[in-house]
Order: sequence, then C-alpha cells, then structure tokens
Amino acid sequence: MSSSASVATKKRKASTPTGPVVTTVPEHTVEIVSDSGEGAQKCGQIFGAVSARMGNGAWTVELIPAEIQPPARSPAGASGNRIRIGTKPVTNWGDAANLVVAFNEQVLAARHRLDALHEDAIILVENMWATHDDEDIRREWVEVMEELSTTSYRIVEVPMEEQCLTITDNPRRGKNMFVLGLLSWIYERDVETVRDLIRLQFRKKAAVVAETNIALLDLGYQWAQEHLDFRINVPIEKPSTPMIVMNGNQTLAMGAIAAGMELCAMYPITPATSVSHYLGEIFEEFGGIVHQAEDEIAAAGVAIGSSYAGKVAFTVTSGPGLALKTEFIGLAVMVEVPLVVLDVQRGGPSTGLPTKVEQSDLLAALYAQPGDAPKVVLAPATIEECFHMVVTARRIAEAIRGVVIVLTDANLATGVQPFPRPNLDARWQAAPIDLSPVTEGVKPYDWDPELGLSRRFIPGQPGGMHTLTGLSHDELSKVAYDPESHERGCAMRSRKLAVLQQSLKPPEVYGDPEGDLLVVGWGSTKGAIEEAVDKARAEGLRVSTVQLRFLSPLEPGLKEIFARFRKVGTVEINYSDRLGDPYITVENRRMGQLAFLLRAHTLVDVDCWTRVPGQPLRPKGILEGIKTMLPGRPS
Amino acid sequence: MSQTSCSLFGCGVDDDDRSWSMDDYAGGLARWCPGCGDHAILAAVERLLEAEQLPPERTVFVSGIGCASRFPHYLKTYGFHGIHGRALPIATGVKLRRPDLHVFVVMGDGDCTSIGAGHWIHAVRYNVSMVALMLDNGIYGLTKNQTSPTTPQHYASNTQPKGSFLMPLNPLSATLGVSNASFVAQTADWIPAHLYATIQAAYRHRGFSFVRILQRCPQYTSDMFEEAVRNPKMIEMLVHPDGVETPELDKIYTQKRVHDPRDLDTGRHLAEPADKIRLGIFFRDESRERYEELRAQRVHTAQEKIARLNEEFDKYAV
Repeated sequence: MSSSASVATKKRKASTPTGPVVTTVPEHTVEIVSDSGEGAQKCGQIFGAVSARMGNGAWTVELIPAEIQPPARSPAGASGNRIRIGTKPVTNWGDAANLVVAFNEQVLAARHRLDALHEDAIILVENMWATHDDEDIRREWVEVMEELSTTSYRIVEVPMEEQCLTITDNPRRGKNMFVLGLLSWIYERDVETVRDLIRLQFRKKAAVVAETNIALLDLGYQWAQEHLDFRINVPIEKPSTPMIVMNGNQTLAMGAIAAGMELCAMYPITPATSVSHYLGEIFEEFGGIVHQAEDEIAAAGVAIGSSYAGKVAFTVTSGPGLALKTEFIGLAVMVEVPLVVLDVQRGGPSTGLPTKVEQSDLLAALYAQPGDAPKVVLAPATIEECFHMVVTARRIAEAIRGVVIVLTDANLATGVQPFPRPNLDARWQAAPIDLSPVTEGVKPYDWDPELGLSRRFIPGQPGGMHTLTGLSHDELSKVAYDPESHERGCAMRSRKLAVLQQSLKPPEVYGDPEGDLLVVGWGSTKGAIEEAVDKARAEGLRVSTVQLRFLSPLEPGLKEIFARFRKVGTVEINYSDRLGDPYITVENRRMGQLAFLLRAHTLVDVDCWTRVPGQPLRPKGILEGIKTMLPGRPS
Repeated sequence: MSQTSCSLFGCGVDDDDRSWSMDDYAGGLARWCPGCGDHAILAAVERLLEAEQLPPERTVFVSGIGCASRFPHYLKTYGFHGIHGRALPIATGVKLRRPDLHVFVVMGDGDCTSIGAGHWIHAVRYNVSMVALMLDNGIYGLTKNQTSPTTPQHYASNTQPKGSFLMPLNPLSATLGVSNASFVAQTADWIPAHLYATIQAAYRHRGFSFVRILQRCPQYTSDMFEEAVRNPKMIEMLVHPDGVETPELDKIYTQKRVHDPRDLDTGRHLAEPADKIRLGIFFRDESRERYEELRAQRVHTAQEKIARLNEEFDKYAV
C-alpha cells in the first residue's frame, strides 16, 4: 500500500466483508514511540510480557531519552519500546521494526531517520496533529508526511485522542492503553491476560484506575476490529519447561536474594538503580535491606564493612559510580574481604550516555586500581545469566576472599525476555566460613603457598583477632614494607585467579570449530552476534563466534580456539579507532577493550569492529562488521 | 551499649565467665612519636575496654589513614585499618549487619573533617551505635605538616607557610548542626581523667557518639595547645549529673559551667569559639532514632527464602 495520509482508514467503517487478512510470520518487531511521559514504555512492557506469557519468544528494549521531560513533539524526546516477538526464542532486538505505533509524527520521524523501520513497515500514527489548532503543528505534520512519502511504509492514521476522549478527560495519560488494545487485536493477544497485567500494574492505585485503563484497552481493541483490515499471527510454541519473564535488573535482584546476600548498598545511578527499586519492595521479606548510602564511595564501604563482618554484601552501580568506588575496591582486594560489585554499564566516559548501552567498563573493572589489584570480572550474556552469575559471583567472592565485578549493561537491564525458571538451591545461600574458634597461632592470611587461598576469620570468632590493613602486610596482617612481604602478598592475591582459571572450561564455539573468522564477543551482544553469524554462514562465509563470560581470569583454551581460524576479531559496543580514518595507523590504532585484552593475553593479532551508537547492535550492522574483518580470500 | 547475642549463626561465646585484663587488649607496640597525645588516648581506651570487660573478639576498631588511624594495630581486638576518610562507611556496614559487635571508629581531623567530611555528616544523621573518636591535632602529621581544616587561622604549615588562610572548621558546631545528632563531646589528651570519663560516657551512650579529642602533636603543633596545657584556667569544664563529672580535677580545673546535655540550643552556643576551651558533653539525646534498629531484620532460613522467592517467581511465570 502506498504511503500517504490520504489512505487513512479513519473514516472507514467496519472491515471488509471477507474479514481481515491474517499474515502468519515466524517473527515480528513492534515499536511504540511517544513523547516521554505518555506511557509508551508501559504499553510496550505489557505487550512484551503478554507475548512472553502466551509462549512467544520475546525481547524488549526500552527507547529512552536522557531527560525526564524533554520538549513535547521533539524527535530527541522519542520514548518507547521495541518488542520483537517470535515463534522461537528471541535473543536480541533485531534489525528493523515491522510495525510502529507513534503518538505523534515527530517521534515517528525520529525512528525513521535512525533507520529503525523496515522498508515495508506498517505505521499506526495519531492523526490529531493533522487538524491541530496550531498552524505550526499542522505544518510540521505535513512536512513529516512529505518526508515519509518517498518510503514504502504503509501509514494508517488513528484518531487516538478522539477515541480516548470518549472515556477519559486526559487522553495523554490513556492513549497507551488504547494502543495496547490495538496491538492486542492485531497480534491476537489473549485479552484476559492483558487485563490481568494492567490490574497488576495499577495494583497500588485506586481500583477505578485499573478499570479505566481496561476500558481504554477494550476501546482500542474494538476500534482495531472495526477499522483495520490486517492481523499478524506469530504462532506460539509452548515451551516444554516452566518459564519466567523479567528484565535484567530484576534478575540481578532475584539472583542476589537467591545467593543469600542480605545487604544491597547503593547510590542512585542510571541504569542500575532499578535493581534497588525492586529490592526495596521485597528485600526485607528475606531479611535483607537496601542501604541508600550518602554517595557511591560510602555504598562500597558499607558493603565491605558488612562482608568483613561475615554478611557478604553487594553494591550496584554504573560507570561513574564504578570510578568512585575504585579506591574501596582496591582495599577489598588488598585486605581480601569478599565483595560483589554489579556494574550496569552505560555510555561513557564521564556522565556520557546515562540511559544508553555501552560495554566500556571492562578495562576499568580490570585495571582501574593503582597497583596490582587482581579481581574476577564476569559478564552475563543473557537476562537469564544475570540471575545465575550473581549467585556465582558471591560464591567465588567468598571462595577466593576477593572482589567479583559483574558487568551487565543498559540493554540487559531493561530488556525483557522469557527464560527457564531457576531451580533454587539452599546451598547457594550458605556462608562458606569456618566459624569455629581460631586456634592460637593461626594466621589471618594463612596463604596456601600454592593456591594463595586462606581461611577468613570474622569478628566474633574468639582467637582470631587481627587488624586488616590496606598497607602492605605479612601473613599476620602486620604492616610490612620489606620487599619479600610485598612480593609475596602480590603473588598470593594474584595466584587465586590462576587457580580459578584452571577450574574453568574452555568456551564453546558457536558454528564450526574452524574457519576464516572467529568473532569474539562478551556480554549482551551474544544474541545479535549469533544471528549475524547465522546470516553470514547462510551467505557462505566461514564465520563462527564465541562469547566470553569470564573476562578475568580469561577462560582457558582461547589460543587453541583462535588458532583454528584465519582471523579473530571482536565485536563490542565500545570505542575503537577505525583504520582508514585520518592519522589512524596499525601502530597507533586504539582497539576495542576486549580486543586489547585478548591481544595482550594471546599474542594473536585480534582485530575488532566496535560501535558506540548508544543502542544495542543490530545483527545487520554486525554482519557488515564481519565482512570488514573477514580476511581476503586466498587467490 | 547493650549486649546483643551474636547474629551470625551463634559464633562467639555468650555469657561466659572469662575476664580480661589490660594486657589482653594490648596489640603491637605503639609507634607514635614520643610525647604524641595518641598514646594517652590509647591508654584510656584500653582502660575502658578492661573496665567494661568487652570481649576482644566482639570488639571492632575501624580507622582511616593518618597517625591516629594506626590505632587498631595497637589493640588486640578485631581491627580494620582502611582508607583515608572512609572509616565511617565501613563501620556502618559492620554495625548494620552485626549489631552484636562493639564498634569504635578512630579518625584524625583530616580523615573526618576533610576527605571524609561527607561520611561524617551522614554518619551523625544515621546515628548508628558506635563510638567515633576524632583525634584532632589540627595538622596532617603522617604526611609531614600540612594544613588541615581544623588548623587555626594564620598557623603556618608546609602547604601554607605564611599561615593558614581560612578560619578553621569547627567540628563541634558542624556535628551539632546535623539532624539526628545524639552525642557530641570534647575532651583533651592531656587530662586523662576527663578523657577517660568522656569516652566512657560515649561508650555507654546508645547511638552515634562523636568525641573530638584535642590531641597534641609534638612534631608539628607542639605549641598549639601549649597555653591550655600550662594554664588550666584556659579550660572550662561543662559539668552536669548527666554529663561528665570529674570531681578529682576540681582543684586544678576551677572554671566550670553547668550544662544540661539535653539542651541543644545552649550546647550549640557553647560550641562556638570562645576565649576558653570547653570540655565535656555538649549534647546527648538517647531518644534519637538509631539506623541499625530502624533497619533491623529477622534472620530468615534458606528454606524460608526459597519458598518466598518461588512465590515471587510465580508472579513472573509464563
């Protein structure tokens, strides 16, 4: 269908006598965009959750402006959600949206200009602006419609405001539910499940609020039924195992509870804070507390104090907060007090991109401290892994008396995906501390000379009294500046990582174990990279990929895996120089962070393709990256 | 401070008949300069531990960085010699999750009023039960003679050789200005009886007890308190049955003023700079809310948590 406001279905009455055309597809990507504050995100979250609960694969990504209330009708203020649903599990947000609901033409134009829409996308747009009292607004509408007239989008005008006014005086607050109704009809969603989720969403408000929202939902559903001539069917294959649906920050919070931690010390920072919102509601029912400290530094200190006293705690932050915690993390390493740090990465440096994704804290996590401060760095690749890695992090932190930093990112934090329901285990909560009285003469750092491991005494244990110090110290925790003591302390703290590394398994290669290019990724990019690799292989390219979960220590066997490929390159969401740019040479090129690390550790000439768009990578983009990194075919 | 049984799986020994002598609390040989006021403070603290019979394993001294912060090394309790300015967050974490422990914090003036000033203000507001001793010699000693926030104006140092530019920060006024302050006192290292009585009152107070201890540094500020040391008339003792009473000193320290520690307004007034150095309790109020009590949680078993977590998962079930 050609794209022009003239094809509006606004005035059209009931659908054609033959009923709507139902198109069955294996997957579909929906975007809902509005001004900030109009509730597109809530609409998208519920739509994603309903889809997942019905058994579709799903992945949602929030589209977030940095400001709380950017100017209305501005492209920069586009706020909303992308929901990709499929018959099979969905692992990333995909390339382009197939269907877009826009609350005004400006936010629609923003998504169009970002190349976020599929060339045949269906667009449902609020049309009140076309006939608005303000002449400037009418002109802006016409300008955008002209801009879009060269595309092959199918544009359907929807009188959202006009319809909502029949139910509510404030349609700005109700359009999102009307839109949810539209989508529920188009995608054949189970309306009773949608109603349940609306009631859950508004459970803390007066009952009338939920009922008004449900009335708006029903109105949208009915309007769609009467006016639209298409429906989209994404078949459902019920998963065989019980599944749950939540976002990455919720899974981090759940993981912390399952791991038996009882103190979350934090300071508000986007996009990490929602972990504490979630815990704030339920943590006390588990005997835990969220301590909102006076600053990021104190949050780390309180967590260290609690851990030192035998109650292993965690702190949750993002890049700028990680920077502030640097000194305390160094202290925890030095005194060998367990500490779990959850870092939900955002764009940097400095305040950077507060709401947007980046993978730029890897080297800071590893090397921010002055002196040698060996610590464990983990990166979950999926929302499910966010849960299990917090459990793992606590166990490792206690086992090695050390610091474990878990790097997630804004993509995982707000993304929603169904995953198998974890089987909880009481052993995850046990504190591996020997609480028996300490025999006279046992040293506070009774390092096993081979393993670097030692028993930890905590306050309350008779006979174990000693003073921890961030100064260089000997096995008795006595300040010791002599060369031998300092060398030995450094070696013992470092040895623990080597011991851990030898207990790990080599990572699994996705695709053939040999080929022309091995793409190495870490963190949330896994799904998008694997989808890009699938596409590359479908084109006959000999590409495989491996996703690393342990960044420190690095997983074993990398050199052997790399040796079976003609070339190795990383794909990351962080900055690297591009060859071909002015002044950039092979000699001075600054590499992506994982590439830097892998080059140092393996001496392999690892290449990289990295981008910092402030949004998750798209498989299409990664495919281009793969092609730029592929070595020239031998002639 | 009440004796709470250990919250950590019954470790430690409760209701035992052990007793401790001063020697049981003695750690490494103190390595402060001869004549340093810290020696007297350490002696007073050891005396307090012995008098109160605090089990060494249930006592934790947390410190920052600086001469004063070497304190825990010289005791045989649990100790945590941390980083500059940040003893208070660590101590807060300890007490928050282990209210059974007796927590002491030892800081210098640089630690408390400069690099850690933010933590200080909030620790006062949290009012977590602990004794915070601020050993104030008005100078950075460990790093060799730099101006601190409490250095008197015009007093020369290596960083401000022509004399300190600014009026000093008044730690008492600052502390008394923070909402939820519950115990603010001042004493001096050279008056052992008053020093001991003050830290004992601080220990027995339930809440965050802030004690500024005027402390002589023989190396860099030997003259700073010289006049007050030589001339007891420079000192005004704040006395009250609910405050610190040291009748044994009455003959020497004749300047006395009756001050009811419940009277915050007068306490604030008395904390302002005057021609005399005032020692005693400026303010005390045990009715202030204590953060560790506000946040106290009962211990849940692993099975309880699993059951509750499964209920939570049910809400998100597909």
